[in-house]
Amino acid sequence: MTNLIQVAIDALALGSLYALTALGIGLIFGVMRLINFAHGDFIMIGGYALIVPSTAATATLFIGAWPTPLLIGAVCAIVVLLALASERLAFRSVRAAAPSVLLITSFALSYFLENAVIMTYGGRAKAVNIWPQLMDPILLAGVRIPKLQIVTIVVTLVLLVLLVLFLRRTPLGVAMRAASEDFRMARLLGVRANLVIAVAFAISGFLAAAVSFLVVAQTGVLSFHMGVSLVLFAFVATVVGGMGSLAGAVLGGFAVGIVSVVFQVILPIDWRPNRDVWVYGMILLVLLLRPTGLVKVKSIEERA
Amino acid sequence: MPSSKGVLRLLRAIWTPLVLAAILTAFVVAVAATGDGVLARTVTDALIRMVLVIGLYIFIGNSGVLAFGHIGFTLIGAYATAWFTLPPFKKSFALQLPGFLAERQYPMIPSAIAAGALAAAVALIVGVPIMRLGGIAASIATLAVLGMLYTFYTNWAAWTMGAATLPGIPIYVNMWVALAWVIVALIAAFAFQQSRSGLALRASREDEFAARAVGINIWTQRLVAFVLSAFFMGIGGVLQAHFLGSIAVKNFWLSLTFVSIAMLIVGGQRSLTGAVAGAALVSIIVEILRQFEVGVDLGGSLIQLPLGARELGIAIVMLLVLIFRPSGITGGREIPWPFAIRRPAGGQPLPDVGAPAASQPSPD
Repeated sequence: MTNLIQVAIDALALGSLYALTALGIGLIFGVMRLINFAHGDFIMIGGYALIVPSTAATATLFIGAWPTPLLIGAVCAIVVLLALASERLAFRSVRAAAPSVLLITSFALSYFLENAVIMTYGGRAKAVNIWPQLMDPILLAGVRIPKLQIVTIVVTLVLLVLLVLFLRRTPLGVAMRAASEDFRMARLLGVRANLVIAVAFAISGFLAAAVSFLVVAQTGVLSFHMGVSLVLFAFVATVVGGMGSLAGAVLGGFAVGIVSVVFQVILPIDWRPNRDVWVYGMILLVLLLRPTGLVKVKSIEERA
Repeated sequence: MPSSKGVLRLLRAIWTPLVLAAILTAFVVAVAATGDGVLARTVTDALIRMVLVIGLYIFIGNSGVLAFGHIGFTLIGAYATAWFTLPPFKKSFALQLPGFLAERQYPMIPSAIAAGALAAAVALIVGVPIMRLGGIAASIATLAVLGMLYTFYTNWAAWTMGAATLPGIPIYVNMWVALAWVIVALIAAFAFQQSRSGLALRASREDEFAARAVGINIWTQRLVAFVLSAFFMGIGGVLQAHFLGSIAVKNFWLSLTFVSIAMLIVGGQRSLTGAVAGAALVSIIVEILRQFEVGVDLGGSLIQLPLGARELGIAIVMLLVLIFRPSGITGGREIPWPFAIRRPAGGQPLPDVGAPAASQPSPD
């Protein structure tokens, strides 16, 4: 029983990270049919914003040494600005292009950001330690669970609720939902395209910043490819969940997280290094059985 | 004179691969004449990349489906040729292979073809279900295949030495060998795109529903292209292995995927000329940036770019091409036939099939 609680919390915490990342990708996909591969690099840069830019082997805290509220505000601002800048400089000019061109553009942007970080910070992983008190365990129904996992799950739930409120209760949120439903029709009815897309990028950047806090607090390591595996799984989560559906992105994120943790537990010891083979295999299976994903969205069905 | 007409017709039919092969051969001959060993290695590396890009083009270019998993087939090819061609005594302390591989060393060319065939066979197995999918679902499914292969090879220590580098692979690939395979790939890619199957696939790329309506089985045509393309991706891996003499699983992952797709997109994913031009152009830019990283003497002042400028350069070039020429530098066109095309009596010249309809001048 205790073991089961442990596994459940692990799965939810990992699923939360994937769900938040998938949501950041899903929001932008909704309004402009762009799968933003560079989202992982937004997360990575949120982490690197904590330290002084230098290629030295050890990291010196910069924003990371500020008081917590200021720290959170500053990192969120940096990542949101980065997301807005990439929209303005890279994605706006290709907005009308085919989805595959958009995807490749984000690939190029990702490659650019990673190598810019390698140039300014060096290619080696660096240790950073923010909020060590989050690693203290707390006792829950007889199981010792790191506070961070609880924080991760709570933060995710709070952000999800806020996002739902934003999308349902504010004029801008309604405009954004209308734009994901049918962008051209929404524009004809007076929704401002640039504004809606910019807001989607800003929210996506904000979600990326949240993920970077959670990941850095958990791993304590910065590396230029820290976003890649996260975004890879979140990327498949959005597809598995159903492209264009935000509920699908969240569902897909949790599903991928849960499947990963469950395989970690049930596979025999010798097979565990190959866990990702099974996770990718599951993804393939879902795609083959339901090519449109778990949550089907009418407006997204691809046109020839 | 019907015979000279026949020759002309033949020449016109094979004009694109002929010109491309001639340019590449002339270039390689020129480089060989300089006797510069470092340059020759750079050119060999670029030619190997070109094999990969042509391999990618066979599937992505003709089907219009973006696939992210092809480097997985390169991985298969590279390790397969190592299993075939490593001397038995080297295999004995690095790998635990079954008898027919462990005790023998096979000749190079049959090994290369077998390694490519193995990659193609894997593509056939995974392609049967995946080619039913279209669009983004297909892209993600191929990415999942790459993820599976990559994770599996990283942990399959008995056959791959896991995350460690597998050394001691016989080195035989030079500029000429790489050029020969580029030409083979060019011929195969061109023959495929002009074949019934290739034309059917290109029709489905332009309009999936219209293609279905005229009875094209898209699944079959995509599968044929996928398998052929995997063969050349495998060959690319073989060349890489026998050029560097050592391979590591981590070199066949997202970075190589990105660079090879970047080359295809920069050149223009819809034409064979685009694949070749993209591979050549990006290689040249990378080489220039590398020179600047080392340091270039310009009028007495040493100009040196910081490390990593090369990758930034590729990313910037790619972004600029995507922003200003989303269909690549060739715009999806092949090398044009330089002589006037005889018009059918009183009629208009036939429209160029390769050109996108939007770029044709309006009749007024």
